[in-house]
Amino acid sequence: MKHIITALVENKPGVLARIVGLISGRGYNIETLNVGPTQDPAISKMTLVVPGDDHVLEQVTLQVGKLVDVISVTDVTGARHLDRELILVEIATDSVAQRAEILELTTRFQAAIAGETQRSVSLQMVGSSDVVSDFMLLLKPYTILDLSRSGQIAVARAES
Amino acid sequence: MKKKEAQNTDTRSGAQCVVDGLEHAGCEVVFGYPGGTVLDIFNVLCLSPVHFILSRHEQGAVHMADGYARATGKPGVCLVTSGPGATNTVTGLATAHMDGIPMVCISGQVALSAIGNDAFQEADIIGITRAVTKHNTLVRSADEIPAAIAEAFYIATSGKPGPVLIDIPKDVQRQLTAARPPASVSLRSYNPSAVIAPEALAALAEAINRSERPVLYVGGGAISANASGPLTALARKANIPVTTTLMGLGAFPEDDPLALRMLGMHGSAVANLAVSACDLLISLGARFDDRVTGKIAEFAPRAKIAHIDIDPSAIGKSVRVDFPIRGDAREAAEGLLPLVRPAAHAAWLAELDAIKQRYPLKYNHSDTVLQPMFVLEEIDRLRKGQGIIVTDVGQHQMWATQFIRHVQPRSFISSGGLGTMGFGLPAAIGAQLARPGELVVAICGDGGIQMNAQELVVAVEHNIPVKTIILNNGHLGMVRQWQQMFYGKRYSAVVLGSSNRPVNERIRHDTAPVYRPDFVKLAEAHGMRAARVTWPAEVASTLERAFADPHPWVIECIVDPDANVFPMVPPGAAVSAMIVD
Repeated sequence: MKHIITALVENKPGVLARIVGLISGRGYNIETLNVGPTQDPAISKMTLVVPGDDHVLEQVTLQVGKLVDVISVTDVTGARHLDRELILVEIATDSVAQRAEILELTTRFQAAIAGETQRSVSLQMVGSSDVVSDFMLLLKPYTILDLSRSGQIAVARAES
Repeated sequence: MKKKEAQNTDTRSGAQCVVDGLEHAGCEVVFGYPGGTVLDIFNVLCLSPVHFILSRHEQGAVHMADGYARATGKPGVCLVTSGPGATNTVTGLATAHMDGIPMVCISGQVALSAIGNDAFQEADIIGITRAVTKHNTLVRSADEIPAAIAEAFYIATSGKPGPVLIDIPKDVQRQLTAARPPASVSLRSYNPSAVIAPEALAALAEAINRSERPVLYVGGGAISANASGPLTALARKANIPVTTTLMGLGAFPEDDPLALRMLGMHGSAVANLAVSACDLLISLGARFDDRVTGKIAEFAPRAKIAHIDIDPSAIGKSVRVDFPIRGDAREAAEGLLPLVRPAAHAAWLAELDAIKQRYPLKYNHSDTVLQPMFVLEEIDRLRKGQGIIVTDVGQHQMWATQFIRHVQPRSFISSGGLGTMGFGLPAAIGAQLARPGELVVAICGDGGIQMNAQELVVAVEHNIPVKTIILNNGHLGMVRQWQQMFYGKRYSAVVLGSSNRPVNERIRHDTAPVYRPDFVKLAEAHGMRAARVTWPAEVASTLERAFADPHPWVIECIVDPDANVFPMVPPGAAVSAMIVD
């Protein structure tokens, strides 16, 4: 199954490479990876989405936690958490009707128009991984000129 | 601001900070090899009281530092140049990493401005060693050096020990700084110690008290935590039989009736059968390596398993664990000692004794063909429980586990996890430097000794009196044994003598078979005393002469080329399916 692993790490060179090396060295593919500074600029937060065997990923998570520059690591998959992903997509629009369909989709998914030309429309959309996947599925019939996904980011939530 | 401050106070070069940092950390010996990007460090190192040992290959330097660390528990230190100097350390770092040996390796690097430009002798050693070090770091300013070195020693020696590499560019070594070593080191992202939960220990103690057939399974973690004393007391108080891994040999005295000796692929029959029959397996600082467990599904099938380890990622990695305890092996053993009730376990011990009687270690002694096991028995008899046995890797290594009684910790030094041929001689040199008054015997095969034989000269020039025993069977014996047993006796690339080489090697048969090199001449060419033994009757007198001599020796023993290591658990089989002979 897919695991969402978050880690707080020292904002130093080489930390990302160590973590990625640990995971890829076991033959696991990192599906998405997001890194950014936190409220403390010396600390970065990473969110990784890794599909794979539960037992192996539990070991990988423990081994990531052992790295000297990793402050904490959590597999949030089974715990209460919020996760979101941002996508930016440019779609070719060949007709007025097509443009109208896309704009309707945009409204339904609470996406936004980030840019427009005569022959294309650029959308931004934020959602949980399921909603993003649904949105992508509905865009399939159209000609996608370019697409970028931020990868999931996640925060843990306190037990209610 | 910083610059002004630096000018006002005592400034020194980054290179001087490296040497000061080593002295500050208590380092007494550095092993290494110079080169272009470490000239500045060597330029000040020669004025320091630190003893420098010039190896003849960087791999030798790292194994020497490793042997020094294993013999003392103190971190081994090595210093090498960039590029090939640094890449030559990789095997040595991986060896130390697998076995959890504390080490600090300092490598030079090309100047900061040249990094990434494919400069002369440039290698991305941080990238290359990432997977074979506990931690590594590139220093970008001389101001960082004192803290980087202090942190390296702290990381290398705390928690599960391991090698740390510091990469220092040449221009950084030449910068001036007023920075000094920190008074103490703590890192918010690194918590090496763990307080053992009292209720976890109480639950395990209760399980021990209820157990009728307990076994202690002790690994290298017990040696690095100096846990021999409390663990021996624990075993004796509750009459718990003890088996050790290769890395754990000596943690429990093998002359004790409770000793089952080593378990695993070439372990004793009684150790493997005890694990297969026990109802509680208490693992102390061991990691359930595949050479120990054999077929994992049939390992300790009747037992509840307790796993005590300082490394949380080791617990539950290979087997399901009923009592996971993260913590120091010594603290765990000391904590269990008052909680465990005295017990006789008479039926269990009698059962194990019967197995010991049924399956003693044995070999076919001969008065005419020298058996390697006999040489090891003689070494053990003559060393009288003292000194350090260092091995290379292969058949002789396994015989050394079997035919030598391991009675003290830090007295058996061997590459366990990585199985590095060429480890024996340089590691023995490092161990002898650490413990100068003791007998240090390096046991090597004729294959492994040739992987780092250049270091013989180091023993000679420092008069490091290592006794190197080469058990020459003319083959890469362990590989030959596997080809004999599992590959239909098709011998490929395992013959080292001149005759009977496989056709694809295209080696002309000599009219009279010879073995090259002549190890006695090789030793003598390095200025070392040497002898060749071909008859069993010569073994004791030759060993006695060498052991009594205050100089290094090579003793080549021409041994039976057909001798195999038994018992053996076939690869992938359950340990209970071992082949006894």
